[in-house]
Amino acid sequence: MNNIKANRLKDQIFKFWGIACTLLGLVLLAIFIGSILIDGLQRIDWDFITSLPSRKAERAGIYTALMGSVWVLVLTTIIALPLGIAAAIYLEEYARKGKLSSLLEVNISNLAGVPSIIYGLLGLEIFVRILEMGSSVLAGSFTLALLILPIVIVSTREAIKAVPQSVRDGSFALGASKWQTVARQLLPASFGGILTGVILALSRAVGETAPLIVIGALTYVPFAPESPMDEFSVLPIQIFNWISRPQEGFEVNAAAAIIILLLITFLMNGIAVFFRNKWQKKLG
Amino acid sequence: MTQQVNDNIVDKSIKRVHKLEAKGVKVFYDDFEAIKGIDMQIKANKVTAFIGPSGCGKSTFLRLFNRMNDYVDGFRMEGEILIDGENIYKKKVNVEQLRKQVGMVFQKPNPFPKSIYENVAYGLKIQGIKDKKYLKEKVEDSLKQVALWDEVKDDLNKSAMALSGGQQQRLCIARTLAVEPSIILMDEPTSALDPLSTAKIEELIYELKQKYTIVIVTHNMQQAGRISDYTAFFYLGELIEYDKSKKLFTNPEKQQTENYITGRFG
Ligand SMILES: Nc1ncnc2c1ncn2[C@@H]1O[C@H](COP(=O)(O)OP(=O)(O)O)[C@@H](O)[C@H]1O
Ligand SMILES: [Mg+2]
Repeated sequence: MNNIKANRLKDQIFKFWGIACTLLGLVLLAIFIGSILIDGLQRIDWDFITSLPSRKAERAGIYTALMGSVWVLVLTTIIALPLGIAAAIYLEEYARKGKLSSLLEVNISNLAGVPSIIYGLLGLEIFVRILEMGSSVLAGSFTLALLILPIVIVSTREAIKAVPQSVRDGSFALGASKWQTVARQLLPASFGGILTGVILALSRAVGETAPLIVIGALTYVPFAPESPMDEFSVLPIQIFNWISRPQEGFEVNAAAAIIILLLITFLMNGIAVFFRNKWQKKLG
Repeated sequence: MTQQVNDNIVDKSIKRVHKLEAKGVKVFYDDFEAIKGIDMQIKANKVTAFIGPSGCGKSTFLRLFNRMNDYVDGFRMEGEILIDGENIYKKKVNVEQLRKQVGMVFQKPNPFPKSIYENVAYGLKIQGIKDKKYLKEKVEDSLKQVALWDEVKDDLNKSAMALSGGQQQRLCIARTLAVEPSIILMDEPTSALDPLSTAKIEELIYELKQKYTIVIVTHNMQQAGRISDYTAFFYLGELIEYDKSKKLFTNPEKQQTENYITGRFG
């Protein structure tokens, strides 16, 4: 009897502890977002988004950094998506399960945990110097593509793995080749899951600062990039730059830019959640 | 290519009595011997049932005929499997081509997460057939053969996942028929279905044997008795007895067979 009571008490305590932790997290987040909103909201208008950077806080805008972020996002997607999906398909459907493939597997998971600045150093050496891309949008995109590749691979594999074996059996039994089974069954069935993973990976990429600073992205660019070989800045770098200035006006600018960056991230996560739900319905 | 054409001519001119043949077949999963040397001949346009307790190798043996074991880790085979006199484990055999000739229906209905139409058209589309009119006719034709057409003709674009289990299994049979195989392998096709759906599928199998050679694994002895012409009893990786179903179920030669069909073990 006593034992049951004691267990119930432990249950209750743990429950309240959990609620308290969750609340603490939420409250801190709310305070953070609240203070950012108070600081930055009144600064956001169309001019702020379409203006070039300026030495005067009230005239400066995020146009070049925003465009830089968009460029980097698009190029990173173009590079990481085919590579990541191809690697995942290979590992999941083609590679013989053995020592080599489990070694690859462990290493890919480990890569996902490597600090992003290391990727910056790698990008600096390979893309900026050896491949002579300079501190261009392209070099930055390759670097970020490397950074998110493990996430794309892992989430794509999960999505492909979630397609029941019986679908493969059915396809093979009708005379489909391996490639036909991948292209016509596995990829369409796991599309939502793959997309979710890719968007989450990209929403990480859009917030990355350190590796781009390492490869030489600028803190001040007078023009938005017009080709992959142009120099560039991105939103987080712009924010970092503004925050580190002494004048008060720039702090407001930084808060406003943070709001924009958060909006982009939330939007991407929202899209990811939407696809995940839609996809789960389809398979279930 | 010319080789294949010649083979086809041979197939048509000589109507073989034995469609499928196993010669000295052994199967290993790593070191485990799942099939311990089986010789067997299966007649064309008949229904042959495989019975025996779980784990005795029925599925393993059945899946040799469309090479579905090829992907299984650790799988190894000795001996020969012949279809129309041709060894299907020879190097030059095109496995995809083979599987168009030897269809398979699985234990658990496994429709693709696609529309009903796409499910049936799939086997044809992967052969590169794009003619919409032909595909439509073929889909209708196949669904009519499994008596599913009237139930789904207005919902061809709906997801196959929304069908009932019995309907799903008939859909899976329809999609197999669409590619016009000559042999259909069925691995306990009704074990996941209710009695009514089971009856429908049994009826269907009875009709299909006019045109196809059917091999069916079943747990259910009454079912084997009802629908099969021949029955093979497997035990621990060996073929114990193989005879006309009437004979095997009423007057088996072997004690082990009698024990099994009278329910004394397994
Ligand atoms: N993929 C596999 N790997 C290893 N052993 C297997 C595999 N598939 C089946 N077996 C073994 O082979 C034997 C026969 O299995 P199976 O052909 O599925 O029997 P049945 O269909 O008669 O129940 C069983 O002992 C089973 O454990
Ligand atoms: Mg079985």
